[in-house]
Amino acid sequence: MVAITRRDMIKAQAVAAAAAAAGLPLPAAAQNLVTDANITDLKWSKAACRFCGTGCSIMVATKAGRVVATHGDAEAEVNRGLNCVKGYFLSKIMYGQDRLTQPLLRKRDGEFHKDGDFEPVSWDEAFDIMAEKWKATLKAKGPKGIGMFGSGQWTVWEGYAASKLMKAGFRSNNIDPNARHCMASAVGGFMRTFGIDEPMGCYDDFEHADAFVLWGSNMAEMHPILWTRIADRRFSNPHVKVAVLSTFKHRSFDLADIPGIFTPQTDMVLLNAIANYIIQNDAVNKDFVSKHVNFRKGETDIGYGLRDEHPLQQAAANPNSGKSDPISFEEFAEFVSEYTLEKAEEMSGVPIATIEKIAKLYADPNTKVMSLWTMGVNQHTRGVWTNNMLYNLHLLTGKISTPGNSPFSLTGQPSACGTAREVGTFSHRLPADMVVKNPEHRAYAEKIWKLPEGTVPDWNGAHAVVQNRKLKDGDINCYWVQVNNNMQAAPNMMEEGLPGYRNPDNFIVVSDAYPTVTAEAADLVLPTAMWVEKEGAYGNAERRTQFWHQLVDAPGESKSDMWQLVEFSKRFTTDEVWPAEILDANPDYKGKTLFEVLYANGQVDAFPLEQTSKDYANHESEDFGFYIQKGLFEEYAAFGRGHAHDLAPFDTYHEVRGLRWPVVDGKETKWRFKEGSDPYVTPGSDFEFYGKKDGKAVIFALPYEPAAESPDEEYPFWLSTGRVLEHWHSGSMTQRVPELYKAVPDALCYMHPDDAKALGLRRGSAVKVSSRRGEIHTRVETRGRNKPPKGLVFIPWFDARQLINKVTLDATDPLSKQTDFKKCAIKIEALGA
Amino acid sequence: MIMKRLKNSAHIAALVLATLAPAGVAMAQETIATLRAGTPLAENAAPHAIAPVRNTDLRQVRNYPEQPPLIPHKTDGYQIDLNANQCLLCHSRTAIEISQAPMVSITHFMNRDNQFLASVTPRRYFCTQCHVPQAEVRPLLENGFVDIDQVLEYVSGQEGN
Repeated sequence: MVAITRRDMIKAQAVAAAAAAAGLPLPAAAQNLVTDANITDLKWSKAACRFCGTGCSIMVATKAGRVVATHGDAEAEVNRGLNCVKGYFLSKIMYGQDRLTQPLLRKRDGEFHKDGDFEPVSWDEAFDIMAEKWKATLKAKGPKGIGMFGSGQWTVWEGYAASKLMKAGFRSNNIDPNARHCMASAVGGFMRTFGIDEPMGCYDDFEHADAFVLWGSNMAEMHPILWTRIADRRFSNPHVKVAVLSTFKHRSFDLADIPGIFTPQTDMVLLNAIANYIIQNDAVNKDFVSKHVNFRKGETDIGYGLRDEHPLQQAAANPNSGKSDPISFEEFAEFVSEYTLEKAEEMSGVPIATIEKIAKLYADPNTKVMSLWTMGVNQHTRGVWTNNMLYNLHLLTGKISTPGNSPFSLTGQPSACGTAREVGTFSHRLPADMVVKNPEHRAYAEKIWKLPEGTVPDWNGAHAVVQNRKLKDGDINCYWVQVNNNMQAAPNMMEEGLPGYRNPDNFIVVSDAYPTVTAEAADLVLPTAMWVEKEGAYGNAERRTQFWHQLVDAPGESKSDMWQLVEFSKRFTTDEVWPAEILDANPDYKGKTLFEVLYANGQVDAFPLEQTSKDYANHESEDFGFYIQKGLFEEYAAFGRGHAHDLAPFDTYHEVRGLRWPVVDGKETKWRFKEGSDPYVTPGSDFEFYGKKDGKAVIFALPYEPAAESPDEEYPFWLSTGRVLEHWHSGSMTQRVPELYKAVPDALCYMHPDDAKALGLRRGSAVKVSSRRGEIHTRVETRGRNKPPKGLVFIPWFDARQLINKVTLDATDPLSKQTDFKKCAIKIEALGA
Repeated sequence: MIMKRLKNSAHIAALVLATLAPAGVAMAQETIATLRAGTPLAENAAPHAIAPVRNTDLRQVRNYPEQPPLIPHKTDGYQIDLNANQCLLCHSRTAIEISQAPMVSITHFMNRDNQFLASVTPRRYFCTQCHVPQAEVRPLLENGFVDIDQVLEYVSGQEGN
């Protein structure tokens, strides 16, 4: 951009004024405001935001095949015209200079070579080598030799097409989404406590609650638009209180009436202490508890999800056990009685007075409380337990499923709920909360999919962290990554991720719009259409399903993830991938392509092209010859309709600003499990937690157990990783928007000034941050927006040049298999620079 | 603005064409993760120095009218919390005569139902959720977004030919 000076501007204005004064006509080109509607009219269309799980609706302006502007959708209930800074720059995320436009294959001397350089190839050549590798691996190792890693950024039908291709086509459950890093503990918590996934409440709770308690969440940066709703409620209604609990001080503390900094992992202590306080102070809602709650005691000492030979796993008494036994209320009360306020203060470092203030918010029957949490609770080696313990507080007091009384699990990705969870792209799941281990669930899926009995395998597939281990060990040899950047995102990159991708036995395919860190670690990179370059659907954290049309064309030869999946399915016949027993028993399926049995099955191809919108392009449907998004969606929706996961008809979603499921008789559901607002509740029951057979939710007696790795003499600091407001996840989109890059250009090591001083460091010092597993080089920040206590540092993970997951530990919650990215031990040393 | 546009019109048309039909990767490449600028995945580049924040007070052109303006000055240590909003000391309706800073947009007085309030709506209280300062750094990569004026010039250029 050439700078224009104020003097130039005045000179131009003076010329124009002189011309006007002399009565001379101004040349058309000099007219400084274009008013012709034919020229200035923009085509505005709705879309869901590409970033977090809040699910803001966006208005997108297009002209001449380009996105030229975006703004917050004033008609959308979620955001009512607002966006965060990332959302306001959505217009630029597709236009990074280095968009991939052709498939790239590692080659040497004209042929694929694991150590070759990336060379452009045609889609045909790309699919040829992929199919060759997949077929060889399936022949040698069977379905367990292949794997797929997807995302909560897949659209609903992309995740569905992928899950179907893997679980029914290739008969492999080795498919997992990056939501495993993000929401798996939340899912585990929901299933264990309620027997059904996703929040019972909704965002309307923000306008009804009297108190908000943030458990380890930094909503001011990670869910900024929801934070605007809390700020609105707090400032507009002075009686409202906001409590913010975290392991370090961050921007959400700016709104905190009740701030608290706790020692990592002791959120569990605080939760049990508050449960104990509620009981000791006679604040249990006895009527609610007696009618709607069961009590159980969970098995303890369950390990840390590390490799079996790891000493911590060897030492665990009940590794990976999610078992529990029924107990009475009295036994529960006895169990938590050791968690006194004194003990809680001693272990957590939070003053008794603060804990008591928060406990009273829950205990006071006249205070409607919303608890909010995300990665602090989920990325936790006891994440499922901690989710359970949060529900304990709301169940003890009956503060649930009514406006403003809401334990609310927030999500990090735009379709962690809509795709990863509801479609069931996890290695153990099927759509609508069903699981692959359950023979009835498999039979149900096979029936809807019109596939032979026994097609869906009965074994739990490899989850995210195990996939990387199996790549390293050479057990999985063909691996396809779509719409995520897992080399940057997964823990322990140097010991597990990178050796796995670069294992000479493995063929790694990465589909992305940009050449990410993960793409560089791959063997084949597929250029991918993103966001409004395809028709899409996302489901947000409040069960709201939202659609958008394809608004612009993707650059070059880019194709959507769904197109890639479905096109690839044409290269396999059932004879090549299904066992003889299935085909002999079902001869009609012999010799068919996977495309024919999965997608041209009379259901997915049931809707003709004429039903696509006249106003928008749809490149996949045009290629396949039928309205494939509608077909995939309607087949998928059959899983949930009548099973408390009802979705509206496909076409409805193109008209509305999303609807919250279950959508019954055209009406969405705001509060589940409560009579009057949830049509699935039996009349007369008041509340019914129908995910459980007896309609009762479960309060779990669970203890505090320590983190997998804590600071010691050699590695004296806690490391917590996380995000920043201006960048989304690994930064592959936002780092390419100059304004967002310049807002937060680099990751920094946020630390206490006294800790820096003790090490001879100051703001800006270059440092090596290392753990037992790897190191990065960064700079010290002592005055930034994050203010850790002594002994803890925060380093965000968006920066492709500072891969903090070289340092993190791949310890997971043994139940949810989700990594704890918030706790490992590191040391910090000056770097001579 | 007009003069600049006229002066650069040829250049802009080329830019639009280039971004409408992006060039693919033509040659074999050992590394492709552009943001790492060639540093192999297993290695660590020297970290950039912490860059100073642009502090010129000169406003920047917006990419489109709906874009929140960038902050052209330092905001280190600004207080925006339960007790005070330091930004409004200069940007509130009554402060701008003295500060000569831009007044907060009229949209900032609207509540969730698009009604105007007596003062700035609390849903817009935390300014830095949308408005951000800029560090004095070069972008890692160019972005091919072209603004509406340039797209219109491209369109009328196509029609004229």
